[in-house]
Amino acid sequence: MSQLQTVKMETRTTSQAKKDVILEVRNLKKHFILGKNQVVQAVDGVSFDVYRGETLGLVGESGCGKSTIGRTLIRLYNATSGSVKFDGKDIYSLKGKELKKFNQKMQMIFQDPYASLNPRMTVMDIIAEGIDIHGLAKGEERRRRVIELLETVGLNEEHADRFPHEFSGGQRQRIGIARALAVEPDFIIADEPISALDVSIQAQVVNLMKRLQRERGLTYLFIAHDLSMVKYISDRVGVMYLGNLVELAESDELYDNPLHPYTEALLSAVPIPDPETARTRERIILEGDVPSPINPPSGCRFRTRCPKAMDICSQVVPTWQEAAPNHWVACHLYNDEAKRES
Amino acid sequence: MAKVLEVRDLHVSFKTYNGEVQAVRGVSFDVNKGETVAVVGESGCGKSVTSQTIMRLLPSPPSMIKSGEIMFDGKDLTKLDEKQLEKIRGAEIAMIFQDPMTSLNPTMTVGGQITEGLMKHQKMSKEEAKKKAIEMLRLVGIPSPESRISQYPHQFSGGMRQRAMIAIALSCAPKLLIADEPTTALDVTIQAQIIDLMKELQEKVGTSIILITHDLGVVADIADRVVVMYAGKVVESGSLDEVFYQPKHPYTWGLLASMPRLDQSSDQDLQPIPGSPPNLLNPPKGCPFAARCKYAMKICTQEMPETSDVSSTHRVACWLQHPMAPKVEPPAMAVGGE
Repeated sequence: MSQLQTVKMETRTTSQAKKDVILEVRNLKKHFILGKNQVVQAVDGVSFDVYRGETLGLVGESGCGKSTIGRTLIRLYNATSGSVKFDGKDIYSLKGKELKKFNQKMQMIFQDPYASLNPRMTVMDIIAEGIDIHGLAKGEERRRRVIELLETVGLNEEHADRFPHEFSGGQRQRIGIARALAVEPDFIIADEPISALDVSIQAQVVNLMKRLQRERGLTYLFIAHDLSMVKYISDRVGVMYLGNLVELAESDELYDNPLHPYTEALLSAVPIPDPETARTRERIILEGDVPSPINPPSGCRFRTRCPKAMDICSQVVPTWQEAAPNHWVACHLYNDEAKRES
Repeated sequence: MAKVLEVRDLHVSFKTYNGEVQAVRGVSFDVNKGETVAVVGESGCGKSVTSQTIMRLLPSPPSMIKSGEIMFDGKDLTKLDEKQLEKIRGAEIAMIFQDPMTSLNPTMTVGGQITEGLMKHQKMSKEEAKKKAIEMLRLVGIPSPESRISQYPHQFSGGMRQRAMIAIALSCAPKLLIADEPTTALDVTIQAQIIDLMKELQEKVGTSIILITHDLGVVADIADRVVVMYAGKVVESGSLDEVFYQPKHPYTWGLLASMPRLDQSSDQDLQPIPGSPPNLLNPPKGCPFAARCKYAMKICTQEMPETSDVSSTHRVACWLQHPMAPKVEPPAMAVGGE
């Protein structure tokens, strides 16, 4: 590990200056108050950038805070603290016209295609709702746009006057994507967009999302728990554990060379549909369950399940550092000072 | 090898207001002693209906076993009455369900739910049953089982509940365990724990397992044989290696090629299967996959193909196997990208 010199925060400007940052998240926290002085620290101090035109994947197990991040970024929740800048502007202080513009530029695709479409509205009205709110088109033009969008996502004109219950899960997710595209956004947050779909349909939706990204230069934040699919679609992947980002790197780098023990365990736990690989590979089976985010462990939150935990892990929260170029990790194993002390 | 279960030409339908849904349309497969058979397919392909019919859990009406037989231990399960079935359920055939949150009784202690079966089927006394229940909880890896036994399901985490359910299912040492998507509701690290546990327990107890799943990754990890279902029919069945490395049915190719793999680079495009499965209210006359199949011929839409033998263990229902059919090569991604 000696070649992995600790590189501190300042070096990031040199290695990543060329890229155009569309979203800058710094020390974002979202806590939910349960009453009786109990606080769920759903997201607790997360920092990352998203570059224009890329797909950033966020993975982690249930309860790790990945969906909360998505919902906080699009202002469905207000952040407890921290800053989020979209196109250079702090999103939590936007008001009036600027806020409306932001709402247009950032859109979301939801997980459950059955629950996220209003059952009493026709597909035409569902897709055109954003167009109406932002006054982008009226009358014949409005209809023409919706039909164009339907064709873009692989549906057609006759679907426009039907209701959501007349569609299959895959088709509904296409409607959800068309709705997000209707206001011509730059940035789309996709919160588990394919987990409710069957395997053969998942590939249809993922290919559609990839095509749209190529054609329209979209930026995606792709939230999912399916690591194989996240690796496939993302340029970079962030791994979350119990409200913290533990590792962030380009997807091939993350999968070929994981640094954090949690990433290692997570990758080795993913079943691979190949009998020969399944017979031969070594798996790291983590003990126990994820602790409660109401009362998370001190220091590094993963230490209670970590096979490589040291003394320092329970005392000091590991810093978020660039352990290799463009490869960020929060773990004491990659902090030389911490290692010496322990 | 001794056969534990034989399903022969099973047809199951449901009566609905819109007509009869033919959920299972002529399914046949065997389960040998000590082996794990995975039944794979997408939602609505009839895999869960098949498993619940083996346990006879489907209420009738609306469900109807139209024809076929399920031979278990010399008895045809489709012909038994409730009283006879009660002797078999839990004792000889046990089941693990998908959702550990809803399939345990929230008003009973976990211990109570394990001892219930032991006292009924094995006529154990309360004391003996409790001892056995503690032993079972320890076997499935629940720490401090002595105190856990008197707790309720809500005090367990998702993974622990699934362990408790496995303890209940295995407590009477059943000959056959049906696991219906046992890991789908769990996170990957917990899923790995549960799969390992099932493999380990199978070695110790020697139970045969029917694993119902849509996750080919889990199948590759645990199964000995694979049955691929589509629209209520078995389209391909064979040993694990036969189905993964020499798949013969275009639907199996489609399934394998539409999944990204963690150990492969992402420059290959995924190859989705176009369209969606047929409506079983009015299933197509010919091969149910014909409408989505790249290789479909005229005959595919007219007649259901016969099941043909590729090897003594590998069977496939596809017209491409007919000697007069053109030879087609499966897509590269379907055979492990080699």
